[in-house]
Amino acid sequence: MSPVLELAGASLAYGERAVWSDVDLTVDAGEFVTVLGPNGSGKTSLLRAVLGQVALTGGRIEVLGHPPQRGSRSVGYVPQQRIVDPATPVRARDLVRFGVDGDRWGPGHHDRRARVDELLAAVGASEYADVPVGMLSGGEQQRVRIAQALASDPAVLLCDEPLLSLDIRRQQEVTALIDATRHATGTAVLFVTHEVNPVLPYTDRVLYLGPAGHAVGAPDVVLTSERLSRLFGTAVEVVKAQGRILIVGDDGHVHHVEEEDE
Amino acid sequence: MRLLALATDVPWWQRIVDFTDYGQLLPLVRNSLLAGAVLALVGGLVGVFVMQRDLAFAVHGVSELSFAGASAALLFSVDVTVGAVVGSLAAALAIGLLGSRARDRNSIIGVLMPFGLGLGVLALALYPGRAANKFGLLTGQIVAVDDSRVGVMAAIAVVVVGGLLVVWRPLTFASVDPDVAAARGVPTRTLSLVFMLLLGLAVAMAVQVVGALLVLSLLITPAAAATRVSASPVWVPVLAVIFAEVSAVGGILLALGSSVPISPYITTISFLIYLVCRGVGRRRRRQGWVRRAVPSAVGGTIAG
Repeated sequence: MSPVLELAGASLAYGERAVWSDVDLTVDAGEFVTVLGPNGSGKTSLLRAVLGQVALTGGRIEVLGHPPQRGSRSVGYVPQQRIVDPATPVRARDLVRFGVDGDRWGPGHHDRRARVDELLAAVGASEYADVPVGMLSGGEQQRVRIAQALASDPAVLLCDEPLLSLDIRRQQEVTALIDATRHATGTAVLFVTHEVNPVLPYTDRVLYLGPAGHAVGAPDVVLTSERLSRLFGTAVEVVKAQGRILIVGDDGHVHHVEEEDE
Repeated sequence: MRLLALATDVPWWQRIVDFTDYGQLLPLVRNSLLAGAVLALVGGLVGVFVMQRDLAFAVHGVSELSFAGASAALLFSVDVTVGAVVGSLAAALAIGLLGSRARDRNSIIGVLMPFGLGLGVLALALYPGRAANKFGLLTGQIVAVDDSRVGVMAAIAVVVVGGLLVVWRPLTFASVDPDVAAARGVPTRTLSLVFMLLLGLAVAMAVQVVGALLVLSLLITPAAAATRVSASPVWVPVLAVIFAEVSAVGGILLALGSSVPISPYITTISFLIYLVCRGVGRRRRRQGWVRRAVPSAVGGTIAG
């Protein structure tokens, strides 16, 4: 089976500064790849490259065997949750509708209601379909976002920190939903996050973008003290406790442990 | 009260509302009514996007430059509409090109606005004509609308409404959900410029009817009122247009026969509609916008 997403020797630089270079990654249908790395390591740039918003400075990138195209319907995009003004006249169903035909010109005349209802039902958001987006909670909003991204039946779902500012339980709900979705639809998932633990149970492979290089492989293989120390170019310790992974850098900064109480 | 009565022997309240000779006066304002109706249609629709894109301050800024253009046109004996359109398009373009981020945008508007107003004041000070024309550009002079001006306004309205219909869906997408719209390939930057130009045209129309200082009453208030009572992408524009029509046409009809300008009537009706909508919206919000079957398990970050 041909891969849905392929990076071969992919490099990206902004001027003199290399963001990442020589990344080789092949993602098959239904695969869950988690992209990790400190701030500024180019995680979001990677998504932008897949979306066709930035051009690589070296190597190639292919979605379903073709170079990325802006607005391609093969790629779905789930952004991080953000505050929406409660007075914004957009309901959950309208946000999903954008995913169906928001990129088309002219006034809407086709009836897409059935499709929108189906998408909302698939993520369990039917109950608040008519509630303005600004009045949804963070977790509800992200469910609707996933429905929106699935509207074009994407071959690969790009998730850009979708768990940010959600509490732990909601993080687990959203990741479980994304996992269920990839099993149901066969879409591949490229999941960018700085918190590995909520996605760890579902992750097939990790792409770790570090300041001194990158690594691709199963979580057990990549997330080790030795491997990460090499990617950071400095001593980093990976601690496993109660099924969770803590990554402790020598600067005293601890990744992946932020826990919020409701 | 005595102060308000000024030097006339007519009681002040009769100067505000006076329905004697109403029948004879009505045909005289046919053009004004047409202009008001056309402007309300444009204002209601444009206002929906002004709200979504948080451009209220930009509308104000553009209207001051439109005022400068119109004043200069008056001074140089060019058609006032042409001056208003040139002024607003220049301002809209500058704001659209220079201020893509809200913070930049606001400071650019803050810089442009007093400059425009100053230019306008200068042009009016040099203008030797009637003082009523001068005052009119700031506070409205709809009574002076002749046939040809109604024609020009209708033409501008066709361009603005037609343009909005073409970009409606992607513009809505780009306005409320810019990141995902960009990911979907919607040309967000181009759309933003296109909308600024349409907005500039709408403002140029409005300046001639309600005056530069009161443009917001037809470009913001109706849409702001509509979003208080509905979140439907169909009902918000429909209600905004209805509210704008009631304010503009109702204001002109009320003002007929009075000796004060028309704009206070328009702004007051539009404000009252807003107040009522706020009240209705508040009740609705308290009861829960939409009744949910089960109290949702997902609590937490609901705003408001």
